[in-house]
Amino acid sequence: MSESASTTAHATTTARYTWGGDEFLFVEITEEMSLESNFISNSIAAALEAREILGIVDICPANASLLIRFNPDVLEHAELEQTVRGLESEVRASANRVLQTRIIEIPVWYNDPYTNETQARFREGYHQRPEGNDLDYAAEINGLRDAEEFIRRHHESPWLVSMVGFVAGLPFMFQLVEREHQLEVPKYLSPRTDTPALTVGHGGCFACIYSVRGAGGYQMFGIAAAPIYDPEQKLADLSDFMVFFRPGDLVKFRPVSENEYHQIRAEVDAGTYVYRQADITFDLGKALADPAAYNAQLLEALDGA
Amino acid sequence: MALEILEPGLSSTIQDRGRIGYYRYGIPQCGSMDQYSASLANRLVGNTQAEAVIECTYMGPAIITNEDAVVAITGAPVDVLVNGEPREQYTRIALSAGDELRFGIIRGGTRYYIAIQGGIDVPVVLGSRSTYPIGRIGGVDGRALAAGDILPIGKPIATGLGELPSIADALRPVYEKSASVRVLLGLYDHNLSADGVRSLLDSEWTLTPVADRMGLRYDGPGVEWREREQPFGAGQDPSNIVDAGYAVGSIQIPGGTQPIVLHRDAVSGGGYAMVATVISADMDLVARSAPGTKTRFVEVSMEEALDARREQAATLAGVWG
Repeated sequence: MSESASTTAHATTTARYTWGGDEFLFVEITEEMSLESNFISNSIAAALEAREILGIVDICPANASLLIRFNPDVLEHAELEQTVRGLESEVRASANRVLQTRIIEIPVWYNDPYTNETQARFREGYHQRPEGNDLDYAAEINGLRDAEEFIRRHHESPWLVSMVGFVAGLPFMFQLVEREHQLEVPKYLSPRTDTPALTVGHGGCFACIYSVRGAGGYQMFGIAAAPIYDPEQKLADLSDFMVFFRPGDLVKFRPVSENEYHQIRAEVDAGTYVYRQADITFDLGKALADPAAYNAQLLEALDGA
Repeated sequence: MALEILEPGLSSTIQDRGRIGYYRYGIPQCGSMDQYSASLANRLVGNTQAEAVIECTYMGPAIITNEDAVVAITGAPVDVLVNGEPREQYTRIALSAGDELRFGIIRGGTRYYIAIQGGIDVPVVLGSRSTYPIGRIGGVDGRALAAGDILPIGKPIATGLGELPSIADALRPVYEKSASVRVLLGLYDHNLSADGVRSLLDSEWTLTPVADRMGLRYDGPGVEWREREQPFGAGQDPSNIVDAGYAVGSIQIPGGTQPIVLHRDAVSGGGYAMVATVISADMDLVARSAPGTKTRFVEVSMEEALDARREQAATLAGVWG
């Protein structure tokens, strides 16, 4: 019934290939989210990028899938599919399960007045539980004692940036813990028309940081202190490009007080703020085998930064 | 040389062919919604297809030029007035220094385009002059035009093409109250039930007023999803998926009620299943649709989509040849 991508049998590709019109190839690694699927998506994206194939316009790795935009006048769709299938089987066959990346500390003022004020404006008709705030709700449906415990779980283990998008520079993040320890919350019943810039949000199993003010449907837990998107590129961390995050970045949230939040804001305004970060090698095998022990090791990298 | 904006209109933005290659960072392609109409305007004033134009939505701006200029207005049918005197759309219009350009109410469609010889010369950001308001880049300070804006105009360009005084009637877009939009099924169409697919393709959908540069929302009978266990990480609703990249032109149906066609300022990804994609040749047609347009989504094959694309390219090549 659907115009599916070519069904040529290929022993070592298991992803689903399908077309988004005549300019987009969509590759779904798996239906469900997993660290491994994200790793495969990003690895195929990197390998495809390295080929520098004429006619490929944009390569967008996502949580468990990959979207490729191409110019069909230059590159035939069947040829593109064959190339990507080849890369998928190379990635799956490769023993290489490490990623050269960086770990970044993101200061967050949890349970802050900005997101709480916005939550109060979008309650009746928008939220599953109009009484209380999003943190209380998230703690309850995750079976945690209270908002404090939820906040602790949110920042004590690091997150992987599994996708950048929605709007300019917005990171989706997946926490590096076993599935039974993932924090999961539904999105708002109906999306808000307003979300403060730098809101730390959560929907499904994904955390995000809203890079700009605007519409949004994720639950709101706090506000990050420093920008992650700035077209004026005033901070050193944004001097190369207006978007800070890349897929594969690791993030450690650090709770800050109101005072420290305002100190950081002052440094941002002065253009002197620099993110605490360190280059690291991320090993998927170790992350899957013993997340707690491996996370402790990852976080040590930040101590020296 | 410069144009001064006396009145901005409802939502007038600087656009060109778009900002390609940054979708991976969530930055949409932007660019003129109706690329064909914008291209005709550039041809009339002696530009290349790359020059930036003003895209006007429903109500256009009032503009004064500080030097002699050549302009052209294409797209949705509208009365064009120079110092209060009517002028023709789809023709080359010479303005003298101090002339005032104004517009009446559109008689169909949604958007019309103003091209000027030399192009609107705002700064290029990430390879394009197109306005992306959410990201505050392109155009004038990353926003729609405002009263008092001064738009710098580029120098005339040597295109090597002869002067074209007007566009032949047969080449002008037609504005109708109904539209057949060709789509390729795919992406997550398998999440629809068989009845759901039939509803999408066999029903008449009416474009709602919730239609802008990001997406266009249609009203109709809704669609039915296949029953299934939601995968880990997707939302609870059957229209949810693990957040993925959105193809430009793809159709998502949140909750199964109102299909949304994503257009040039679309969000680059999210958690709603896309079930079909408008073919590239029909994106301009969608852009021209006014609220109330009775729309049918017609399934085509990849080969038919590519044929339509070649046909569209040949039409444009005729104008630019």
